[in-house]
Amino acid sequence: MIQQTKGYAVIYEMLASKGFHPFTFQEETWQYLLYHESGLVNAPTGCGKTFSVFLGAIINFINDHPEDYQLKKQNGLRLLWITPLRALAKDIGRAMEEVIGELNMKWRVGIRNGDTSMAERQKQKRHMPEVLIITPESLHLLLAQKDYASAFRPLEIIAIDEWHELIGSKRGVQVELAISRIIGCRKPGIDDPALANHRLAIWGISATIGNLGEAKEVLMAPLQKEGVIVRANMDKRIEIESVFPDEIEKYPWAGHLGIKLAHKTIPIIEQSRTTLIFINTRGMSETWYQTLLDIQPELAGSIALHHGSIDTELRTWVEENLHSGNLKAVVCTASLDLGVDFRPVETVIQVGSPKGVARFLQRAGRSGHSPDAVSKIYFLPTHSLELAEAAALKTAIEHGTIESRPPMILCYDVMIQYLNTLAVSDGFRPAEIFQEIKQTWCYRDITESEWEQMLHFISSGGNALQQYDEYKKAEIEDGVYRIKSRRLAMRHRMHIGTIVSDSMMKVKFLSGGYIGVIEEGFISRLQPGDVFTLAGRHLEFVMIKEMTALVRKSNAKKSIVPSWQGGRMPLSANLGKILRQTFDLAGAGSDDNQPELVTLRPLFELQKKLSHVPAQDELLVEQIETRDGFHLFVYPFEGRLVHEAMAAILAFRISRITPITFSLAMNDYGFELLSDQPIPVDDSNVYELFSPDNLLADIQRSVNSTEMARRKFRDIAVIGGLIFQGYPGEQKKARHLQASASLLFNVFSEYEPNHVLLRQSYQEVLAQQMEELRLRDMLHRIQRSNIVITFPSKLTPFCFPIKVDSMREDLSSEKLEDRVRKMQLQLEK
Amino acid sequence: MAAYISYLLQDQHLVMSAERTLFWENESTLIVADIHAGKTGHFRKAGIGIPQNVYKDDLHRLLTQVLFFKAEKLIIVGDLSHSLVNKELDLFRKWRHDFPSLEVILVKGNHDILGDRWYAESAITVSEQQLLVKNFLFVHDILTSGLQPAPGKFVFSGHLHPGITIRGRGRQTLRFPCFYYTPQYCVLPAFSRFTGTFKIEPDKGEKVFAIIDKEIVSL
Repeated sequence: MIQQTKGYAVIYEMLASKGFHPFTFQEETWQYLLYHESGLVNAPTGCGKTFSVFLGAIINFINDHPEDYQLKKQNGLRLLWITPLRALAKDIGRAMEEVIGELNMKWRVGIRNGDTSMAERQKQKRHMPEVLIITPESLHLLLAQKDYASAFRPLEIIAIDEWHELIGSKRGVQVELAISRIIGCRKPGIDDPALANHRLAIWGISATIGNLGEAKEVLMAPLQKEGVIVRANMDKRIEIESVFPDEIEKYPWAGHLGIKLAHKTIPIIEQSRTTLIFINTRGMSETWYQTLLDIQPELAGSIALHHGSIDTELRTWVEENLHSGNLKAVVCTASLDLGVDFRPVETVIQVGSPKGVARFLQRAGRSGHSPDAVSKIYFLPTHSLELAEAAALKTAIEHGTIESRPPMILCYDVMIQYLNTLAVSDGFRPAEIFQEIKQTWCYRDITESEWEQMLHFISSGGNALQQYDEYKKAEIEDGVYRIKSRRLAMRHRMHIGTIVSDSMMKVKFLSGGYIGVIEEGFISRLQPGDVFTLAGRHLEFVMIKEMTALVRKSNAKKSIVPSWQGGRMPLSANLGKILRQTFDLAGAGSDDNQPELVTLRPLFELQKKLSHVPAQDELLVEQIETRDGFHLFVYPFEGRLVHEAMAAILAFRISRITPITFSLAMNDYGFELLSDQPIPVDDSNVYELFSPDNLLADIQRSVNSTEMARRKFRDIAVIGGLIFQGYPGEQKKARHLQASASLLFNVFSEYEPNHVLLRQSYQEVLAQQMEELRLRDMLHRIQRSNIVITFPSKLTPFCFPIKVDSMREDLSSEKLEDRVRKMQLQLEK
Repeated sequence: MAAYISYLLQDQHLVMSAERTLFWENESTLIVADIHAGKTGHFRKAGIGIPQNVYKDDLHRLLTQVLFFKAEKLIIVGDLSHSLVNKELDLFRKWRHDFPSLEVILVKGNHDILGDRWYAESAITVSEQQLLVKNFLFVHDILTSGLQPAPGKFVFSGHLHPGITIRGRGRQTLRFPCFYYTPQYCVLPAFSRFTGTFKIEPDKGEKVFAIIDKEIVSL
């Protein structure tokens, strides 16, 4: 038993001296670590999850060296701590160093990420610290160094912190690959390879996600072990309160209500020490920041803005002042979802749909940070129907229904990068590496022919013209693949990573001074003299010089708020399902007096009067004729992306019945087909139109997947090393090596259509862009449900927001507001 | 839609091809811009595995065009080669020597950085800045040349890699390489298929012929 060991006694005493007592889940983890078992700790942030694994490592060390654990220096790397965030590394490192200091031990804690200096890296190489905190990218950089294997020999524990953040991304795949290599590189030179890793434990640390078991299996796969799950069972209390508009619009529309309720946040801000206001898009966060200052000018200086396009230095300043409690409120985007805890934060306001339960919980958890404090989150709707989402979120949290984060599979781009990484350091033997990657979750289904293609690609660059070719990358010598050119090696090291940023342009004052970055596409549409907002400032665009947009301050009242692409997450399947149940309750009149649903009663009444409120086993289809033409509205509640694909498929299937053209519109709740002629959908054919049969073929015929794949290809080409972004000092020479992703996509499509990277981009479109699996699930669900077709005499509360969204493209925001107002008046007559 | 379009300019007969060439019938001269020979090789040498067949195909297309029009002369308005000498350029030279009777003239572009010897050994006549044949003037980049052609002179140019955007349904846009005519000059599409396009926005009185796959269309 762990409690009988010396290591436990030492740690127990140290904690007791500070008035702490180990949590059960921590002791459990230590117990498993004692026997070098692996697994996953499921614990929310801010409740001692770091100490579960870290103190376990210390206990083991003390138990190994009970007499002289305080004297032993330079023990080599014992604990490798993988973290997704650079910002987290410093804080965790500090906490670990504190413990080591109190125990009078000689362990060192090293941090290795993009900010680590060359000198520090060299020092680490000579003498590895006992604990190394590292990002997935830096870990791969380590694998790109000569003789990396020796560093991993004494390693006993690999911890993967915030695994829920990494698992669904290509960074998670990087983690899988690195683990497989660390395990593999410890085998040679050991008499019995089976024993090489018998002391190596792998521990994931994850917040609650829907597929916790799978998350564990992914990490365990390379070890070929079962692993255990240790649960913290520390349910944090969360209080959710909605911000209600004074009057419920029976005809809701997205985008304008939120900002009109901004004044209602002032008392909330005033009552709390610090408040985080989460906004879904960077553009809206700029608007919110301005609006709050306009309503309450006294807030100037005590509120700040934080999003991904703001200069890092400024963001760091905001974060530091959040820590010290100098800020009353911060308007932010997903940029503050993750990261270290800000203790002064007492309250969180979520503006608009969080799109998923997990994200809502995570944001709520950013407030009330001591283990027994209550997290307080306000939900502020951007249109009245969203209030139903607040009710749905409450139900979901009560029942603990949280989204899954499925791991990515068969990422050929990451594999190609990884193979080049290994070729840069000590070279690799294909048979050995193939065996290792076949044991990872991501690549367990890779075929030999795909593997051969990748080897062929890195060694001979695909199809070539024999005597006129000078392709140079990995060279094969005695069966070992190596990149020998120093120049190529250096270039590869510069490109390790899977986060591909959009092509962004720096924004600087004419007089000097860096403000942030902005999408190139936005800047290219501006004329000199135009005023736009960034980082809460009005800026007048002057000119572009050397990939930098030069601006000066402006006092103009009006400005353009940039729209950043991306960031438009669809509603999660999980939340969609609960939302359907919520609508069911509201429609059946059994809303249990939930305040949000009570407020929405007039809206549901009208919906019922004009059409129907669908029960959860029903699909509502509305056919409406207006001056604009014939509308078909469908409400599957499956999120924007699925609706986009479904709308295209449905349009295609209807057009096979009769020649007809449509324009399409969608939001997270439903979609619209609009035509100038009656749409032939009725009880006789509606099930057929929503059939899952021939889905793939119909997708291919109805959706322009080539264009979607072309967009996906950019990231894949960068990760796979096809796009060379150049690096400082070599920009001039690199100019002849530049080609756009779109051009590469064309060339490969025509001349090497079976290339693995090309195939991957089509697969990613299907899996991520169309959410094919979810689309299929939806169609199966619809087949089992009752399809209700109604013929309302005018637009309904449900369809109104979709209708407004479809008008948005053609109208300026003021004109849109006017139009909508008129429509609302007419409809409410 | 067709693979060729005839065009009458100052009483001269021109034929534009979907293979991105322009044939000047009266002079039996084939005009192309931006071949960027050796580009795939340059990438491949740097470890970026672009399929080399795109280059092979470029040379094959050029051959087909020379044969089809029975051209006696080939004028390249700049950027014959992409970068430094590499093995792929040997293939171009081999190609060139297979047509000893074809006269090849290069008006130098910004990418043409090979030594004089290379051009001499490849039997290519080089014009440093411009070339005048009858009333037609050939320049690599008309926009930055600062050239004000004399009245009655018409300029053929390259460098820009012009592309025209066509809007499709559902906010989709597609861009195609094109021939771009203003009253004073014509910019040819880049000949190589391993080139991107630069979006042009034609004014009134300007003409655009877009190349859509194997066809050329007047817009």
